[in-house]
Amino acid sequence: MFPKKWVLPLIVLAFVIPLLRPWMPEVVSNYRLFLVSTMIIASIAVLGLNLLTGFNGQISLGHSAFYAVGAYTAAILMDKLDMPYYATLPISAAVCYVVGWLFGKPALKLEGHYLALATFALALSVPQILKYKWLEDLTGGVQGIVLSKPEVPFGLPLTEDQWLYYYCLVVMIVLYWAANNILNSRSGRAMMAIRDYHIAADTMGINSARYKTVTFGISAAYTGIAGALSASAIAFVAPDSFSFFLSIKFLIGLVVGGVGSLAGSVVGGIFYVLVDNSAQALSTFVKNDLGLQFDLSAYTVFGILLIALMYMMPTGIVGGVYAIVQGVRRVRRPAASSSATSPVRDVAANQQRP
Amino acid sequence: MEQFLQQLASGLANGAIYACVALALVMIYVSTDHLNFAQGEMAMFSTYISWQLMQWGLGFWLAFILAVLISFCMGVFIERVILRPLHHAPVLSIVVVFIGLLAICNSMAGAIWSYLIKEYPSPFPKAEFGIAGVIGPHQLGVVLVTLIVLSLLFAFFRYTPLGLAMRAAAQNPQMARLVGVRVDWMLALGWGLAAAVGAVAGIMVAHIVYLDPNMMGGILLYAFASALIGGIGNPGGAVVGGFIVGVLENMVAYSGNMIEKITGIYIIGNGEKLTVALIIVIFVLTLKPAGLFGRVVVKRV
Repeated sequence: MFPKKWVLPLIVLAFVIPLLRPWMPEVVSNYRLFLVSTMIIASIAVLGLNLLTGFNGQISLGHSAFYAVGAYTAAILMDKLDMPYYATLPISAAVCYVVGWLFGKPALKLEGHYLALATFALALSVPQILKYKWLEDLTGGVQGIVLSKPEVPFGLPLTEDQWLYYYCLVVMIVLYWAANNILNSRSGRAMMAIRDYHIAADTMGINSARYKTVTFGISAAYTGIAGALSASAIAFVAPDSFSFFLSIKFLIGLVVGGVGSLAGSVVGGIFYVLVDNSAQALSTFVKNDLGLQFDLSAYTVFGILLIALMYMMPTGIVGGVYAIVQGVRRVRRPAASSSATSPVRDVAANQQRP
Repeated sequence: MEQFLQQLASGLANGAIYACVALALVMIYVSTDHLNFAQGEMAMFSTYISWQLMQWGLGFWLAFILAVLISFCMGVFIERVILRPLHHAPVLSIVVVFIGLLAICNSMAGAIWSYLIKEYPSPFPKAEFGIAGVIGPHQLGVVLVTLIVLSLLFAFFRYTPLGLAMRAAAQNPQMARLVGVRVDWMLALGWGLAAAVGAVAGIMVAHIVYLDPNMMGGILLYAFASALIGGIGNPGGAVVGGFIVGVLENMVAYSGNMIEKITGIYIIGNGEKLTVALIIVIFVLTLKPAGLFGRVVVKRV
């Protein structure tokens, strides 16, 4: 659905733009690069949620928990064992995979609302678990852990924020490439088949229990990697930054970008960081320009958008725009057969092959 | 021993609150099969409304009744405007809409009344009772008020034609429609009643947990646990489950404290209350999804 020929130019652009800093320091400021890094981290987290909810049909409101596990694993490894920041990523991913897989076991029995409820409970209780007295030596309790930012290696002529940006960008490209490959493989089609009609998937010989738990694990690992990246980007972790409202942010990223869309995850991640960051500006705009005495917070916008999108564009902004483009094309060329195939038909066609 | 009795009493008082919220959840679940994740935040919003009314000079009970009425209208409005068009939408959409409602209620309350924690008055006289010190006047009042509300609701559903129509609409919408019950209005009424019961719970608990936009988060989770223990389609079960969870929560914290006092090893305390709720939710959902009093639903494929 996302034109493949755009991918390479976009990546090249993403690599070149930060190097323009010496020539236009206002446009490519350190602050902006840092902001884009947080967007990249956000889109990895949203991708994690999308793998589970969008492509496997398991609703999760608890991804803030996996994000927290990833961030804390990275922070503890850096703080206690003096590990370099890049070495923490695979370990965080592995820990989150195991945690997600374990949570996916009981989640197998749950569907729809009940799974949402169980993960909702998980998200609410994680900040408390992080403050647990016995873990205090590791997690630093309410105070959290203060870290140092990643340093620029090999004496490269980059600022810290430029380096952080490249680091996040490379991780994101690798993860998206991997996700794309998973989804375009036999396993990915199995995941989507389970989402679309799990009984049919079962009868075709897909081991849906195994696929569901493994998908839970992979999804948790993705979100955990995002958490680990955020720990080294913000250089600080504390229990209360992983509250349920973080899950709401992931959810808005998922819904805005489009449920079950890889490119949409990027859009969603960028979107929620943008709204979160411009909430202050929005609030002053409402107060001064519209003359309303009202503190507009980012969550009001998120809430209204969540509801409005469910009505107008249930497939998210990317999906909605795509549908509009398709509609226009079909009107222009009525003779051409519709090229939009539903995932169901796609999966069915693939599975019928001997 | 006295400490034990105190813990038991405060457990029952908390249980009354959980029972109310759980009942609200069950009322919505029974009629629409939705789990209302926004129930807690709606109750919080109603509590703020009552606080605002009191700031404007109304007495506690007048503000209480007005706030409950306003919540009822809010509930009906939300059902008619926001949820009606999504009746046959996929589960994900509905969950997302509830989360959206939750975010809106929470942030609006914060925007209108600020995130500062406020004191909330108790309507009950500060007197000592015969059973000195075991149960405080507010706790006793909370239990009494909830019991009155619950029996009123019971009487409404059991003895009035409207209550009967609402039960019919929840149990078998198509047949109810055939005999002339306006099913969609019954659903809206159910939502209104749920919001009103939630408001009662919020107003009663605000004196204990103080008034702030995040006050209902933990309570909602406990209410879910209560509803699940009672079997989530069973109103009576939800009430019993509420009291069970309230007492259980305090007993767990109490025994944790005792263990720490005797052996010096900290295992569990007040800080782990939500974790207890998480464990209850996951255990009930996976091991006994029908709860204690629920019916086992067999799904045909």
